Amino acid sequence: MAAPEGTAKPGFWGWLNKRLPAEQFYRSQLLDYYAPKNFNVWYFFGSLALLVLVIQLLSGIWLTMFYKVGETTAFDSVEYIMREVDYGWLIRYLHSTGASAFFIVVYLHMFRALIYGSYKAPRELLWIFGMLVYLALMAEAFMGYVLPWGNMSYWGAQVIVNLFSTIPVVGPGLVEWIRGDYGIADATLNRFFALHVAAVPLALIMLIVLHLVALRQVGSGSPDGIEIKEHKGADGKPLDGIPFHPYYTVKDIFGVGVFLIAFAVVLFFMPTFNDVFLERPNFEVANPLSTPEHIAPVWYFTPFYAILRAVPNQRMGALLMLIAIMAFFFLPWLDRSPVKSVRYRGWIFKGFLTIFVVSFLGLMYLGMKPASTAYVYAARAFSVGYFAFFGLMYWFSKWDRTRPVPSRVTFHA
Amino acid sequence: MSEAGSSPDEQGVDQSRRKFLTVATSATAAVGVVFAATPFVASWKPSERARAMGAPVEFDLSKLEPGQMVTLVWRKQPVYIVRRTEESVKALAANDSRLKDPASADSEQPAYAKNEMRSRRADVLVLIGTCTHLGCLPKQHFEPGDAEISADWPGGFFCPCHGSKFDLAGRVMNGSPASTNLRIPPYSFKSDSILVIGQDDVAQGVA
Repeated sequence: MAAPEGTAKPGFWGWLNKRLPAEQFYRSQLLDYYAPKNFNVWYFFGSLALLVLVIQLLSGIWLTMFYKVGETTAFDSVEYIMREVDYGWLIRYLHSTGASAFFIVVYLHMFRALIYGSYKAPRELLWIFGMLVYLALMAEAFMGYVLPWGNMSYWGAQVIVNLFSTIPVVGPGLVEWIRGDYGIADATLNRFFALHVAAVPLALIMLIVLHLVALRQVGSGSPDGIEIKEHKGADGKPLDGIPFHPYYTVKDIFGVGVFLIAFAVVLFFMPTFNDVFLERPNFEVANPLSTPEHIAPVWYFTPFYAILRAVPNQRMGALLMLIAIMAFFFLPWLDRSPVKSVRYRGWIFKGFLTIFVVSFLGLMYLGMKPASTAYVYAARAFSVGYFAFFGLMYWFSKWDRTRPVPSRVTFHA
Repeated sequence: MSEAGSSPDEQGVDQSRRKFLTVATSATAAVGVVFAATPFVASWKPSERARAMGAPVEFDLSKLEPGQMVTLVWRKQPVYIVRRTEESVKALAANDSRLKDPASADSEQPAYAKNEMRSRRADVLVLIGTCTHLGCLPKQHFEPGDAEISADWPGGFFCPCHGSKFDLAGRVMNGSPASTNLRIPPYSFKSDSILVIGQDDVAQGVA
């Protein structure tokens, strides 16, 4: 066996590498990690998600320095951060804008997987780790939204926690156990704080590491749905691949620049994003005796909330909402198409994908609106579209007439 | 290997004995994990203080005139106490055809409130004031034919969030997104005028 990389080098670097596989690590992760040369704009969002994670960790740690958990102190401490801590408003808006940015980036990242078949073999586990990251992110966002203890925090928590009461037999006891009281209370706020700042972030980071390790194992997919490992040159490197560093690190820095411009515009000029990123009732303290005009979660949960409200039976609604989220896990096995990328799929897949995207966005919009009769009927129609994509994929992906996939990546430069 | 647990292999290792010990150690450790998890899981239950704060609440009904309503808080939930007039009690029977669950078959209430009036006493209605749809607080609209709602409105509760309607017994009306009647907490009468919320039977305790 050859000596590990870097150990033969002189000076500190050699000394370090005899004790820590530093060179081996960055070579395997960046220099010798080959990615397809035809990545397009859809491939920015993975690295942007990492950037947003860093923004959230940094701003979040700083917020805990000023935030005071507790039903009598939480709301006031957020106002204190906003008005009296130097740059407190910036740190808080970084965190609240970052939460929405996280979901925008993650939804686009997931859409990339849908159109280029990134979930298909051999990337099933990579996809499942990604979905677990998404679930952890949902838990993190929900509990974080409760912490300012505004009225929407309170009533949102009330509605979401009450969903567990629809579970037969154990439901009511489970809800009491989650809340630690007979209603959403100080005890609930305290445990959500602990989970939000310590437990879930740790789980999130571990899942992201697993997601990246699994990615290094199977390699990145490509917009053509081609495995670059299948065509290697004499040097053993993929002919259609380029080293992640410096090529994609530099490309991603450009993406970061564009992203940060958009992020800064929201952060400085429209931090509430017209009531979408921060809802108006949440600027009022939690009040168990007064509900907001209409209770709606933040935009990233509204597609599932709209499904919940579209069903007249509450238990069925909660179940369908759960299925709507869990259906993503089964994509690798529901999709039986011989090709990965939408580029070589037929009109059936493209049609169903369009229906799904329209339904998802439609439900997202309806979930933000009051549930009037017309909206409920529209939400039912979109729910059918949403579930048709997953429910019929097992068949339509097989029937779809695909085009031949080229053996090498297509590259238009 | 001939007999389990008795014959060492060529390196002097008794594989089946080793396997047994591995399984036994793992199983013991698993039991230990369950025991160790118990305090962590149990700590999430409502604490002694939360339980003490959730004790029954008393209310003096003589403060309430017929037709009036008061909201109390019991276990962090708003509890509506309504002193119904004789006319409004008599009018309840006429609502049946407009109700989703007139007999309260699918709704949550103590057995003694599973009747048409949904109460122990005709003149006193006790409800948990959170909508069975998504937990908003229905508002009182006791006047029949309330112009804000509809001309044939029988009088009752109207939820401003999603428009659920309930009659003066907390029973849900057709066309509401809620599918069950307003919940009723356990309650009892300590005397003619003292109402105790959170306790089925005064004789059981709390003087």
